[in-house]
Amino acid sequence: MSDSREWTPQAIQAEIDALKHKPGALLPILHAIQDRVGFVPEGAVSIIAESLGQTRAEVHGVISFYHHFRTSPPGRHLVQVCRAEACQAVGGRTLEAHAKASLGVDYHQTTADREITLEAVYCLGNCACGPSIRVDDAVRGRVTPDAFDALVDELRTQPLEVIG
Amino acid sequence: MSVRVFVPRDTTALSLGADAVADRLRREADSRGLELTLVRNGSRGLAWLEPLVEVETPAGRVAYGPVTPADVPALLDDGLLEGRDAHPLAQGPTEAIPYLERQQRLTFARIGVTDPLSIDDYRAHEGFRGLEAALARAPQDIVEEVKASGLRGRGGAAFPTGIKWQTVLDAPADQKYIVCNADEGDSGTFADRLVMECDPYVLIEGMAIAGLAVNATQGYIYLRSEYPLAKQILDDAIARAEAAGYLGDDLQGSGRAFHLEVRLGAGAYICGEETSLLESLEGKRGLVRFKPPLPAIEGLFGRPTVVNNVLSLAAVPFILAEGAGAYADHGMGRSRGTLALQLAGNVKRGGLIELAFGTTLRTLMEDFGGGTASGRPLRAVQVGGPLCAYLPESQWDLPLDYETFAEVGAGVGHGGVVMFDDSVDMAEQARFSMEFCKEESCGKCTPCRIGSTRGVEVIDRIRAGDNREANLELLGELCETMEDGSLCAMGGMTPFPVQSALKHFPDDFQRAPEGDRS
Repeated sequence: MSDSREWTPQAIQAEIDALKHKPGALLPILHAIQDRVGFVPEGAVSIIAESLGQTRAEVHGVISFYHHFRTSPPGRHLVQVCRAEACQAVGGRTLEAHAKASLGVDYHQTTADREITLEAVYCLGNCACGPSIRVDDAVRGRVTPDAFDALVDELRTQPLEVIG
Repeated sequence: MSVRVFVPRDTTALSLGADAVADRLRREADSRGLELTLVRNGSRGLAWLEPLVEVETPAGRVAYGPVTPADVPALLDDGLLEGRDAHPLAQGPTEAIPYLERQQRLTFARIGVTDPLSIDDYRAHEGFRGLEAALARAPQDIVEEVKASGLRGRGGAAFPTGIKWQTVLDAPADQKYIVCNADEGDSGTFADRLVMECDPYVLIEGMAIAGLAVNATQGYIYLRSEYPLAKQILDDAIARAEAAGYLGDDLQGSGRAFHLEVRLGAGAYICGEETSLLESLEGKRGLVRFKPPLPAIEGLFGRPTVVNNVLSLAAVPFILAEGAGAYADHGMGRSRGTLALQLAGNVKRGGLIELAFGTTLRTLMEDFGGGTASGRPLRAVQVGGPLCAYLPESQWDLPLDYETFAEVGAGVGHGGVVMFDDSVDMAEQARFSMEFCKEESCGKCTPCRIGSTRGVEVIDRIRAGDNREANLELLGELCETMEDGSLCAMGGMTPFPVQSALKHFPDDFQRAPEGDRS
């Protein structure tokens, strides 16, 4: 996950216009906005509602139903720890507790340095090689607490890309 | 001549460092002046050997695993490119590895063998023969073939696929849909992911055949957002299949059309329930619908819709290519064909095992799995996902088929087998089942929405020793209410793991949780 970018109503409208012809376009639109901005800004709701001929309540209802959509900017990286049974069987609960303690945050929270947002996930489909976590779009298997810390160090020491 | 070396690129192999292994191989070969052609294949499904590197030799493919980047120089020193077996990671000829050799791979015949995106590879390995056969037949003939195969829905409900297709074929409509349920949310399951990442064309082919069978021209794959790699591979495969005339307005010059699109879910487990999935595809909250009407009559956008699991659709090309008899020859009783079992959790040798129905859990967990990864005794196994029962040792010798498991209150589900050693606290597992339901309930019906919250609370009281016997009785009643009164399987089946834990592991409910014990 890269830095949350600035968004403009024009950018939101462009994402909507590219997809609104599709049947059942709302989820694809929300994905496109979140992929571009990093989250679905509150200000996007009325633009989406207007464009799709829905009420703001309907759009808000969909955003809030799905765990994947977030309404505030995440940290620079998103780390998801699997909470499901196959990972529990190989120490997933210990890893969860370690991740929270080590980062000093609970699920749905972001570290003070804005580097890492911690989320729970229920299954990454890597169930023969748990415990598993997902860092942005990459899944890691057999993650011990030590491996978790090493990974987090690595994420924090990656140089920031300076655009401009 | 350049030697072909295969390094898998599925999620599991990548999660264990396959990209770094591939990089190291390339660099090491360059610096030694060796010529090799690196192929990024799918996984063979032998998860415990990943990353599993294979080398093509005149005598067939030879395997090495699990390989780390640091192993690469020694592997090359020890004759990896000649397929020699000097190195300790040498596994010999891939197809002779007992874990693989003992399987009956029909649906998964190609995984790990081919480059997942190569249409030439797919065709060279029997690909698109089912579609070609279907294009020469009338819709009713195709439906009859699927009926005769005995194929039942592999998502968990085990409804006969051919009967569902018949209903959609018979429903008059100007537009019909094929929807693939790829919202593989059950913990312990990864077979859908392996199909999509390692052999995407078999799913595309199966969906196109379904379209021909019921006169549907549009298909959607509803894919969970937790599978970003599958999304990327499917999108790429669909574009290539369109370019090659296997999707689009004119399938192989037949004049028949079938279009396909991947739609991403958004992290809601309930969207694996077919009516919730359809709501989500329509752009709404994933609230479960009342049935009837069946989706086969009024499904996506109110039109007749086939909703099938990835594995059901991926079984279809074999059935059309080889005939219903070839498929139905496998299996037992009313469970025909093969089942994709996924060995997971605390297991020494986890992975995908495709076998005819009728094998036992003990064979799977001991002969294939080699027992637990921790080396401690096995204590419980959850088969079929988070909504299915935990089974104690007394049930490990039952033959795996839909009817036998149903008789003991268990389920085969999507074929996930999650093993736990003797350190598991079954009261904690029961609590998690309720907590998961609380987290993932769509909220439409009260027994599921409120029952799961109360379930967590009452299990907490039992574990705290607060009025334990009365609360155990209350938990039993709550489970009955949820089972009888919920609208769908989420609330209706959440009691199964809880009740099985209570029944088979009652001692775990009689003591304080770990950490609270003094």
